[in-house]
Amino acid sequence: MTRLGNSPLWLRQIAAVLRLEMKKTFFSKRGWWIYCLAAGPVAITLLHWLFELRGRVGSNHRLGDDSIAFAALFQFFYLRATIFFGCMGIFSNLFRGEMLEKTLHYYYLVPMRRELLAIGKYLAGLLVALVLFVGSTAAAFLTIGRHFGPAWSDYLYHGPGLSQLGSYMLVAALASIGYGAVFLLCGLFFRNPMIPAAVVFVWENLNPFLPSLLKKISVIFYLRSLCPVEVPVPPPFSVMVIDADPTPAWIAVFGLLAVSLILLAYTAISARQTEINYGE
Amino acid sequence: MSDSLVTFANVSRFYGEVLGINKVNLSIPPGITSLVGPNGSGKTTLMNLMTGLIRPTRGEIKVLGIAPDHPERLCKVVGYCAQFDAFPKGLTGYQFLYWFLRMHGMSHEECDRRTSAALERVSMTAAAGRPVAAYSKGMRQRVKLAQAIAHDPQVLVLDEPLNGLDPMARAETIALFREWGQNGRHVIVSSHILHEVDQISDQVILLSQGYVVAEGAIQGVRDEVKEQPMQILVRCNDPGGLAARLFLQDHMVEAKISRDRKGLLLRTLDADRFYLLLNQVILDSGLEVESIAPADDDVNSVYQYLIGGEGGTL
Repeated sequence: MTRLGNSPLWLRQIAAVLRLEMKKTFFSKRGWWIYCLAAGPVAITLLHWLFELRGRVGSNHRLGDDSIAFAALFQFFYLRATIFFGCMGIFSNLFRGEMLEKTLHYYYLVPMRRELLAIGKYLAGLLVALVLFVGSTAAAFLTIGRHFGPAWSDYLYHGPGLSQLGSYMLVAALASIGYGAVFLLCGLFFRNPMIPAAVVFVWENLNPFLPSLLKKISVIFYLRSLCPVEVPVPPPFSVMVIDADPTPAWIAVFGLLAVSLILLAYTAISARQTEINYGE
Repeated sequence: MSDSLVTFANVSRFYGEVLGINKVNLSIPPGITSLVGPNGSGKTTLMNLMTGLIRPTRGEIKVLGIAPDHPERLCKVVGYCAQFDAFPKGLTGYQFLYWFLRMHGMSHEECDRRTSAALERVSMTAAAGRPVAAYSKGMRQRVKLAQAIAHDPQVLVLDEPLNGLDPMARAETIALFREWGQNGRHVIVSSHILHEVDQISDQVILLSQGYVVAEGAIQGVRDEVKEQPMQILVRCNDPGGLAARLFLQDHMVEAKISRDRKGLLLRTLDADRFYLLLNQVILDSGLEVESIAPADDDVNSVYQYLIGGEGGTL
C-alpha cells in the first residue's frame, strides 16, 4: 500500500484502477469460459501424457512428433481460439461490460484523465491474460512430452526445449498484447463487440490463403513467424497456401508492440471523448 | 463571481434527432437548487452535462469556472449521485467507496478515513462489510450518496436522491442537503416529490420538454406567473364582511369562505393592492385577523401553472 505513496499521481491512479479491476474480474464467475479455454490445451496434453504412460509399450511416436503436435496445438488452438477468444472476453468487456452493467459512470466521475483509466484497464486485462495464457502455454508444453521421461528432460535442458518454450511464451504474451489492444478498442467503439470480433477472426484465419501483401496486415502472420516449429499444412489445403517472405523476429516483435501501442493510444484518446449512454 | 456558479450558456443537447435540452441559460448560485419537471423534461440531461458524462451539442458549461471536458479537474469539485441503480460487482459497501477514492490518488489512510466518515454520515457503518448486491434499495441509495460525498465536493449533484428511502432516512438525507447548502456549497437535486422539493429548495428550475420554463426562488417564480391569480388564505373573525368589501375591487377573481366560517380563500390578480385594501378594512371595521398566508406560492402550484398535470408526486 505504501510503496506507491510517493509516486506520481498518474501512477497511483493507474495502480488503483489495476487493483480494482483485478479484484472485480480475476477469477470472477462470469469469466468461467475463459478459464476453461485456458485450461483446455493443458487438459489435452495431460490426457496425452496419461494415455502414453498407460500404453507405453505400444507407443511408436517420437519426441519430434510431440514437438510438431504442440506446434499445431499452439498455432491452431492457442492462437486462433484460446488467446483470440480469451482476449475478446477479457478486453472487450473492460469498457463494454461496464456499459452493459451501467457502472462506467463511477469511473468517469473520478478526477483522473480518462487516458489513464484506459491504460489501467488494459494493464489489468493484460495481467489476467498473461497469467492465464502464458501460464497455460508453459504448462501444456511441459506436459506434452513428459511420458518420454529422461529423454524429455534432456530435450528441455540440453536440447532446443527451453528455447522453444521461451518462444511459445513470448508469442503467447505478444498475442495477448496485440489482441488485447484490438479488443479493448472494439469494446469501446462497438455496442456489440462480437461483430468486429467475427470480422477479425475470419481475417486472421484466412491469412494463410491471402496474397503476401494482405497477409502482413494481421496479427497472426507475425506471431506465426515467431513460432519455433513449422507446422506442415496437409493436402488439399497445402495447394491453397501462399508463401510469403518470413519476417525477421525483431521486426515481428517490435512491429506488433508498435501496432498495439498505436491502438492503445487511440483507445485512450477516444476514452476521453466517450459519453455515458446506457441506451435509456 | 462566475467561479462560484454553475453556468450554462445557450446549451443544447440532442440525442440524434431527439431533443434533450435546448438553449438553456442558467446561473446556479450556491445553496439547494431543485430541478423540477416531468419525465423527459431534461433534468437528467442537465445533470449529466454538468458532471461531464455527456457533452453539449452547442453552448458552454462551466462548473465553478471549470469546463466539464476536464474530468481530472471537474470531478475534484463535483460529486454525482446518478439515478442508475447499479454497482461494480463483488464489492462491499466499504470497498465500493474505498477503491473509487483510491483512484483519486489518495493514500490508504486518507481513503480509509473518508470512507468510514462518509458511510457514517449516511448511517451505513453497520452494513459497510456486506456486499452491495445484498443491500436493499434504500441502502443502495444511501451508499451511492456516501460515494458522492466521500471526497467532500463543492458541488453535489443528486438525481432523485430520495427514491427508495424510508421516512427516517429521508429526513436524515434532507438534513444533510440543508447542512451542505448552508455551508455555501451547491446542492443540485432533481426530485419528483414536490412537497419535499418545496421544503428544502433555495431555488428551483422548472423544466418542460427540454426548455427551462422558470428559475429562481420559488416566491419569485410565483410572482412572475402574472396570468394566474394569487391565492391567499385569510383567517379572521368576519370572512363574510371581508369578502363583501373585496368584491368591490376589480382585481378580485374569487373568494370562498371556509366551512368553519373563520377563513376566506381568495384569488386576486394583484396581491399588493389586496394587502393595501386589507389594511384599510382592518382600520375601518376593526377586523380581527388571525393569519394571512399565500396558498399557492409553493413548487406544486407553480408547477401546475407553468407545466400543468398532477401536483404532489409527478
